[in-house]
Amino acid sequence: MKTIKLIIDGKTAEVPENTTLLKAAKTVGIDIPTLCYFELKDMNIENRPGGCRVCVVEVKGRRNLAPACNTMVAEGMEVYTHNIRVLNARRTVLELILSDHPAECLTCAKSGSCELQSMAQQLGVREIPYQGEQSKYRKDTSPAIIRDVDKCIMCRRCEMMCNDVQTVGALNAVNRGFMAVVAPAFEMNLEKSPCTYCGQCVSVCPTGALTEVDHSRNVINALADPAKTVVVQTAPAVRAALGEEFGLAPGTLVTGKMVAALRRLGFDYVFDTDFAADLTIMEEGTELLDRLTRYLKGDKDVKLPILTSCCPGWVNFFEHNFPEMREIPSTAKSPQQMFGPIAKEYFAKKLGINRKNMIVVSIMPCLAKKYECQRDEFKVDGDPDVNFSLSTRELAHLIKASNIDFSSLPEDDFDNPLGESTGASVIFGTTGGVIEAACRTAYELYTGKKLEKVDFKELRGLENVRHATIDFDGLPINIGIAHGLGNARKLLEDIRDGKSQFHAIEIMACPGGCIGGGGQPYHHGDSEVIKLRASALYREDAGKPIRKSHENPFILELYKDFLGKPCGEKSHHLLHTHYFDKSAGVFVEE
Amino acid sequence: MAKIKLSEKKIQELKDVCKAFNNEKGELINVLHKAQSLFGYLPAELQEIIAKELNVSVAHVYGVVTFYSFFTMQPKGIHPVSICLGTACYVRGAEKVLEEFKRQLKIQVGETTPDGKFSLSCLRCVGACGLAPVVLVGEKVYGRVAPDGVADIIAEYNT
Amino acid sequence: MARQIRIALRNCGVIDPERIEDYISRDGYMALATVLTELSPEAVIEILKKSGLRGRGGGGFPAGLKWEITRKVQADQKYVVCNADEGDPGAFMDRSILEGDPHAVLEAMTINGYCTGASKGLIYIRAEYPLAVERLKTAMKQSREMGLLGNNILQTGFNFDIDIRYGAGAFVCGEETALIHSMEGLRGEPTVKPPFPSVEGYLKKPTNVNNVETFANVPVIINKGWEWFASIGTEKSKGTKVFALAGKINNVGLVEVPMGTTLREVIYEIGGGIQGGKEFKAAQTGGPSGGCLTKKHLDTPIDYDNLIAAGSMMGSGGLIVMDEDDCMVAIAKFYLGFTVEESCGKCSPCRIGNKRLFELLEKITQGNGTMEDIDKLRNLSTVIKDTSLCGLGQSSPNPVLSTIENFIGEYHEHVKDKKCRSKVCKSMMQYLVVPEKCIGCTLCARNCPVNAISGERKQVHLIDQEKCIKCGACMEKCKFNAIIIN
Ligand SMILES: Cc1cc2nc3c(=O)[nH]c(=O)nc-3n(C[C@H](O)[C@H](O)[C@H](O)COP(=O)(O)O)c2cc1C
Ligand code: SF4
Ligand code: SF4
Ligand code: SF4
Ligand code: SF4
Ligand code: SF4
Ligand code: FES
Ligand code: FES
Repeated sequence: MKTIKLIIDGKTAEVPENTTLLKAAKTVGIDIPTLCYFELKDMNIENRPGGCRVCVVEVKGRRNLAPACNTMVAEGMEVYTHNIRVLNARRTVLELILSDHPAECLTCAKSGSCELQSMAQQLGVREIPYQGEQSKYRKDTSPAIIRDVDKCIMCRRCEMMCNDVQTVGALNAVNRGFMAVVAPAFEMNLEKSPCTYCGQCVSVCPTGALTEVDHSRNVINALADPAKTVVVQTAPAVRAALGEEFGLAPGTLVTGKMVAALRRLGFDYVFDTDFAADLTIMEEGTELLDRLTRYLKGDKDVKLPILTSCCPGWVNFFEHNFPEMREIPSTAKSPQQMFGPIAKEYFAKKLGINRKNMIVVSIMPCLAKKYECQRDEFKVDGDPDVNFSLSTRELAHLIKASNIDFSSLPEDDFDNPLGESTGASVIFGTTGGVIEAACRTAYELYTGKKLEKVDFKELRGLENVRHATIDFDGLPINIGIAHGLGNARKLLEDIRDGKSQFHAIEIMACPGGCIGGGGQPYHHGDSEVIKLRASALYREDAGKPIRKSHENPFILELYKDFLGKPCGEKSHHLLHTHYFDKSAGVFVEE
Repeated sequence: MAKIKLSEKKIQELKDVCKAFNNEKGELINVLHKAQSLFGYLPAELQEIIAKELNVSVAHVYGVVTFYSFFTMQPKGIHPVSICLGTACYVRGAEKVLEEFKRQLKIQVGETTPDGKFSLSCLRCVGACGLAPVVLVGEKVYGRVAPDGVADIIAEYNT
Repeated sequence: MARQIRIALRNCGVIDPERIEDYISRDGYMALATVLTELSPEAVIEILKKSGLRGRGGGGFPAGLKWEITRKVQADQKYVVCNADEGDPGAFMDRSILEGDPHAVLEAMTINGYCTGASKGLIYIRAEYPLAVERLKTAMKQSREMGLLGNNILQTGFNFDIDIRYGAGAFVCGEETALIHSMEGLRGEPTVKPPFPSVEGYLKKPTNVNNVETFANVPVIINKGWEWFASIGTEKSKGTKVFALAGKINNVGLVEVPMGTTLREVIYEIGGGIQGGKEFKAAQTGGPSGGCLTKKHLDTPIDYDNLIAAGSMMGSGGLIVMDEDDCMVAIAKFYLGFTVEESCGKCSPCRIGNKRLFELLEKITQGNGTMEDIDKLRNLSTVIKDTSLCGLGQSSPNPVLSTIENFIGEYHEHVKDKKCRSKVCKSMMQYLVVPEKCIGCTLCARNCPVNAISGERKQVHLIDQEKCIKCGACMEKCKFNAIIIN
């Protein structure tokens, strides 16, 4: 590749051709501010509309200022990133953006993580000279996400995520000019759109225009109610990211501190969703083996590949977009929803309390879980199996609000019996993890042999779509993995067109899997953060004494004691579900 | 927005329009033009069918409909009155003409009279600047309209 | 006496646009025949380059150079696009050409296809021009029947066909990248250039975009030679330009004059002077992207560069004449109102900045402006121009800057004296009854829509300034000229 030499603020930069000024400047230690630009490196995710214009720089010889994010380097270019003309323009542009923005930082959910707020600080804006009308829109509260688009700055990141990455198309730029904004069709509520609640729009929004529905108050109330036994479960990916909210380096595992904090918050039992993940493997793995064996015997009715069903964002996606294929995914519930009935139908009975007096709270990296726990089929007589689902971010706020000094907390252990888990369940939190966990168990159950090499490195990584063939003692099992719904769509279309060669496919709605979930601490476009979270989970897995789900002693006990056998009648009733056709239009009604 | 139920026949008509454009998503604007000329406006239900036929998201169709001022989600009056507010018409007093229409029809721009007869909208130059100020009622062009000529124009359609 | 030379308009009103025979009888399709049978694409491009023809859509980019760039890009498919969006309000040159001489455009597009290596042409035309569309369709049908369009044109083995795409009411879609997105069925939002359409355009393929009038010049240049064309006009602006004269001028309509004709010649000799013998105040060229020319510019030869030097621009050729009755602050506000409505909303300086400009102008025209507001207008205008994504925002503050530059006095009057000398800004006006003239006929009181006028029959009437909405009904009705504007 050709190398280009140019001068930025008097410094000589040498970069490959087709590099943007923004990136070229970085190589010489110049950090040009940006708002609309967004990138997740190595994940093929980029937003470059050139719309906010705060990144403008002066390029000698050009009539107008040039957006650094959208201007390619050229030989001999002379660039100025902070002369008077540029500084005045950048500042005026930011003042304009702020003049159409409600200054509600004191009560804004995004305050502290808001890129607009920190840019105003960075540029030292102390007053907004250009006052005028502000664009106002209806606030929209869905089961998982709040849209307060008065705060939208039209960076279009959410639109890019929802359309290009997730191929959901729930959001689009609408209207023109001053009233232009990103919204669902007919500016209706998100609830009436094909939104999957994956939360990826929330995780990239630079402002408080998109945030999660906050359920922490409900949880505080439950904790304060002496009549309630409050049980909490924590998803695998949370422990790899929660520390970031307290200033710990990305990739720091905080499992023990998290448990300690939850206990201090007053939860009666601190359990682990990982336990339910082991259960998921038992159920899903058994279902896979069952379908596989019948298929190999020539049963024409068997549907293969089997698709994982542990991600509710993904479930929403195929219910909306591929309802005719809803027989293909595993019927196993997600770990969150497996945990619910085990807690309320098994553990509550053990304790001798009525399920209505037990409150199950989940801590999730995910916003789709908020919606999932509100689904009707996951309720008994109106009582939800899981009452409230909090995001990693909400948990962090709760801890801060309760005066807990997180970093000085001692490490603590989960309660039993629903707190014991294996390494297999920990890696559920990253793309490829579920299928790796399933392979560990399915291999041993199918071959009857002991698996010597537990790590399936070929299933790991961040490429959009991965495939690998695992040798089940002479039987090659073809495995596909997709993270991000756009990638999932490709695999699904192959299945629909009869082109799929896979026996089993793992799908996660979020890029990177749950470690990149919509409820995680904001990564602000730093894909290193996501990678570090993944390696933390693999570390925790490697350090676990038991690394296969079917060896979890409490799981074995649960089957003996209560469930019977995987995919048996009781499991079928409590741990499996069915899917709906949600493709019907939702145009406006009165 | 109220719910409208299109008849099967109308839905088929719309699908045929999409088909005539090979259900190509690039033809969205052409399809919307055709649909609007068939139905008079583009209610939500229509946009949903078009989205499905062209295999794009409804949000995208709505995003396009709301970008272009030619497309409307409100039914127009039987006699849509459009006043040109282009520069040539503006400097020749189009604003006063508009005010007069508003006053006499008792509606604002973008509204339709309660009897459904007239609706009022503004245009940006119809390319008849030589006749400024210009008013259109339906397809008919009125040139050199003065405020005191407004009543006559309305009367023409009020029989 | 200034002369008009009709090149682009050569056939308009002369031939029957629905008869291809008429066009052919006036050398129509002769250029295409010459090109296809005698000239290489490079040779044609060379002719065009030497002719000095520049784009008539506003930017003035050399046409030959654009063709050459498009030709040089390697691609399996290329496109020719004719920009017939003509969004500048007050301009109707392209419409006249399409309605009066559609074949000229088809012929030129085909020549462009031959030169650039494109086999497909698209005409993007505003939906408001139904007659032009009909004429184009008729013309396309006729030329296909005669083997002048379609496969194997004139038996030379060259294939080229044309399709029509419709605009849907968005001024910004005249901007070429927005136009291309609109043709792709998307929101008409511009994208950052480069890449230019010539390199990456419609469906990401190289796309040569030219304006209607630019195309209309091409066949004549081929037929009469570049030397002839280059002999007309000024040093850097060759040929003629069609202007749409409108506003307070006696002869409204289209004129085609050589580049370099002065404003005075256009307004007074061709346009017959100002309506009602009033005094010339300003002429706006370039529409909402342009600026105003004043008395001091009357003798400036009109060409691309002089207009830019004067703080305006050629634009597409709208020329709106204003007289002493026009308030320049209000005119600036009018254009900004247009921009606010037409901004696509993609970039923040244009989306929000123009709104703020409009609001500041509104404040001033309502008599609430301060001197600081004028400074704000200046700074904001400069930043919007400097930072906007596309040509719309990059030029939308021009009407503000040029009226401030040329009519700062009027701004000061509005701000300091709260006066609008042209009596346009209503808030600064008061309707008053002149007691000496009022006979108490009550006609005014009966016609006031808000009952702001009181007074007994045969007594002097009084207008309540609090209630008055300044509609002017009273003044119009009063038979005794007893109501005046202060
Ligand atoms: C806001 C805006 C509006 C424009 N409108 C038109 C138009 O209506 N017609 C046109 O031919 N060019 C228009 N242009 C210029 C086009 O972008 C483009 O430069 C032109 O079509 C190229 O053709 P030409 O080189 O033959 O002039 C517009 C540009 C801008 C920025
Ligand atoms: S979005 Fe950011 S800048 Fe706006 S109110 Fe919230 S924290 Fe403040
Ligand atoms: S949550 Fe996911 S599907 Fe829903 S709008 Fe956001 S990105 Fe789109
Ligand atoms: S909602 Fe947020 S992410 Fe979406 S465009 Fe607005 S500011 Fe950007
Ligand atoms: S990948 Fe994980 S975080 Fe994302 S939607 Fe699925 S379950 Fe939730
Ligand atoms: S300058 Fe205006 S019209 Fe152009 S991209 Fe920006 S907002 Fe859109
Ligand atoms: S970051 Fe470059 S334009 Fe927004
Ligand atoms: S400005 Fe009204 S017709 Fe052109």
